[in-house]
Amino acid sequence: MTNSEKNRLKDKAFQVFGVFCTFIGLVVLAVFLFDIILEGARRIDWDFLVSLPSRRAARAGILTAWVGTLWILVLTTIIAFPLGVAAGVYLEEYARKSKMANFLEINIANLAGVPSIIYGLLGLEIFVRQMNLGGSLLAGALTLSLLILPIIIVTTREAIKSVPRSVRDGSYALGASKWQTVWNQVLPASFGGILTGIILALSRAVGEAAPLIVIGALAYVPFTPSSPLDEFTVLPIQIFNWTSRPQAEFQTNAAAAIIVLLIITFMLNGIAVYLRNRQQKKIKW
Amino acid sequence: MLNFKLSTKLNVAVLIGATMMFSACGGGSEEGSGSGSDLSGSIQIDGSSTVYPITEAVAEEFRSEAPDVRVTVGVSGTGGGMKKFTRGEIDIVDASRPMKPAEAELAKEHGITFSELKVAYDGLTVVINPENTWVKDITTEELKKIWEPAAQGTLKRWNQIRSEWPNEEIHLYGPGVESGTYDYFTEAVVGESGASRGDYTASEDDNVLVQGVATDINALGFFGFAYYEENQNKLKVVPVDDLNDSNGKGAITPSLETVKDGSYAPLSRPLFIYVNSKATASPAAVEFVNFYLDNAAELSQEVGYIPLPAEMYKEQKQKFEQFVKSAQK
Repeated sequence: MTNSEKNRLKDKAFQVFGVFCTFIGLVVLAVFLFDIILEGARRIDWDFLVSLPSRRAARAGILTAWVGTLWILVLTTIIAFPLGVAAGVYLEEYARKSKMANFLEINIANLAGVPSIIYGLLGLEIFVRQMNLGGSLLAGALTLSLLILPIIIVTTREAIKSVPRSVRDGSYALGASKWQTVWNQVLPASFGGILTGIILALSRAVGEAAPLIVIGALAYVPFTPSSPLDEFTVLPIQIFNWTSRPQAEFQTNAAAAIIVLLIITFMLNGIAVYLRNRQQKKIKW
Repeated sequence: MLNFKLSTKLNVAVLIGATMMFSACGGGSEEGSGSGSDLSGSIQIDGSSTVYPITEAVAEEFRSEAPDVRVTVGVSGTGGGMKKFTRGEIDIVDASRPMKPAEAELAKEHGITFSELKVAYDGLTVVINPENTWVKDITTEELKKIWEPAAQGTLKRWNQIRSEWPNEEIHLYGPGVESGTYDYFTEAVVGESGASRGDYTASEDDNVLVQGVATDINALGFFGFAYYEENQNKLKVVPVDDLNDSNGKGAITPSLETVKDGSYAPLSRPLFIYVNSKATASPAAVEFVNFYLDNAAELSQEVGYIPLPAEMYKEQKQKFEQFVKSAQK
C-alpha cells in the first residue's frame, strides 16, 4: 500500500467516524422525539392550551404555563439584549488590551459555565429579597438574563470579530468617529450573528426550571399574569411537576407540554436561522 | 393497552361523576354557612411537593367557591417552604413532616405564630420487585438494620438481614435527603431524622424509584403510597411488622384501612399545612382553610392519599377556629 493510499484510507475512516458521531446525536434525538410525540400528541388540543391547572389530568391545561413562558421570554429579551450587546461591543471595540480587560474576559467565560441553580440562588437573594420583587415575572426574567448574559456577550464578540478590519478602516478613512463606525458599519454587519446568539441563548432560558423554582416561581397559578410584578409559572416547571406525579395520565400531559415547549424552541431556532440567512444575503463586501 | 385506556377513561368518568355528586351534596350546607363569592384577596402557599396534589385539588375546587381569591401554590419542598414561611413570606406552608425545632425558633424570631393542621395521611410503602419470591414481610428492626448509617458498605446482601434469604446483593432505592419523605422514614425507622446510609440510589422523583425497583430483582425501596397504588402491576408491597401487637398483630400491609386506623405503624405519616396567624386577618384565607379541612377527606383520596378519620377533621377545624379567635384578639 502506498503512502497516498494509506492516507486516503485514513481519510475515509475518519469520514465514517464523523458520520457515526453525527448520527448518535440525531438518533437519540429522534428516538426521544418519537417517544414524546407518540405519548403526547393525542393529548394536545385547544382545551389543553387554554385550560387552567387541575388535579384531573384529563382536564388540566397549560394556559398559565405557556403564557408565563412567553412573558419570561419577552422580558428576558428586553433586559438581556441591550446589556449583552453593549458589553460585547465594549469589550471588542473599546476595551484596551489591559490586565483589567483580560480579567473581565476570563470571568465572563467562566460565568457561562456556572450551573443555572447558582443563578437562581443569586436571584433569590438580590432580586427577590433585596430588591423586594418577590417571586415575580420580573425577578425571574432578571435571573434568567444573568444566566444568558455571558452567552450573549461571547457570541456578540464573535460576531463583531468576524467583521473585516477593512470595513472599519474604510469608515475611519471617511472621517467617521469610533461610535459612528460601530453604529453604522460594525453592528449592522454583525447583526445576524448577534441575533442568532441571542435567540439561541433565549432557547436555553426557556427550558430552565431550576433557577425559577429557587426564586419562587409557582406550580399552581390559576390566572395569567397581567404585569411584570405578577406571580407566574412556566412550562418546564409544569412539566417537572407532572412527571413526578404518580398517575400515568399526568405523564401524558407532561409529554404534551414537552411538545409545546419544543415547538416554542424550534420556532425560536427557526427565526435564528432565517435571520442569519437573510443577513448573509444582504451583506456583500 | 386497549383495556388500560378503557379503564382510565372509566376511572375519569367515575371520578367526575363522584365529584359532581359530592359537590352537589356539599353545596347545600356551604350556602347555609354563608360562604360568599364576594371574598377577594390572595393566598400564597408553598412547600412540600408531596402535599401539593391535595392543595392543588383544594385550590381548584375553591375557584368555584370564591373566584376572586387568587390562590397560588409553589413546590419548593418542605424545607424550602418552611424557610419562606418562617420569614413571613407566605401564608400557608405545605409540609410532609412536622416543623423542626430550629424552624419554630426562626418563626419566633420573626414574630410569626402559626397553627399546625393535619390534612391527610400517607403510608410510606416498602416495595420490592414482583419477581422477588423470598421476602414475605419485614420488621422495623430489619429495616433499621438495612438503612442505619452503620450499614453503609457493610450490609450488602439479603442473607445478612435474614439468614434464610438468598446470598444475593441488595440494591436500595429511596427519596433524596432533601425530601420530607426521607426525613420521616429515617425518623421512624432509624430513630433519628436524616440519619441513614448514603450508598443507596436516591431520586427526588419517585417515578424514577418506581422504575428502579420494577426493573431490579434485588431491589428494595420506599416511597409514598400513591406511587405504589398507581404501579401495583410493577411492584410488590412488603408488609411491615412493628413488633408491637397492641396496634395490629404481625406484619401489616399498607392500605386505606390500615393507614387510617393507625395499625400500619410506624410508617403512616400525617401530612400538614401550617397557617400563619397574620393570614387569618383575611376572611378569604380563613374561608380557604375551612374549605380545605371540609374537603380534604374527599380530595386527598382522589389524588392518592388517605383521609384522616372524620372526627380528626372536626378536631382540626376546632383547633383552627380557636387559633383564629386568639389571633384576632
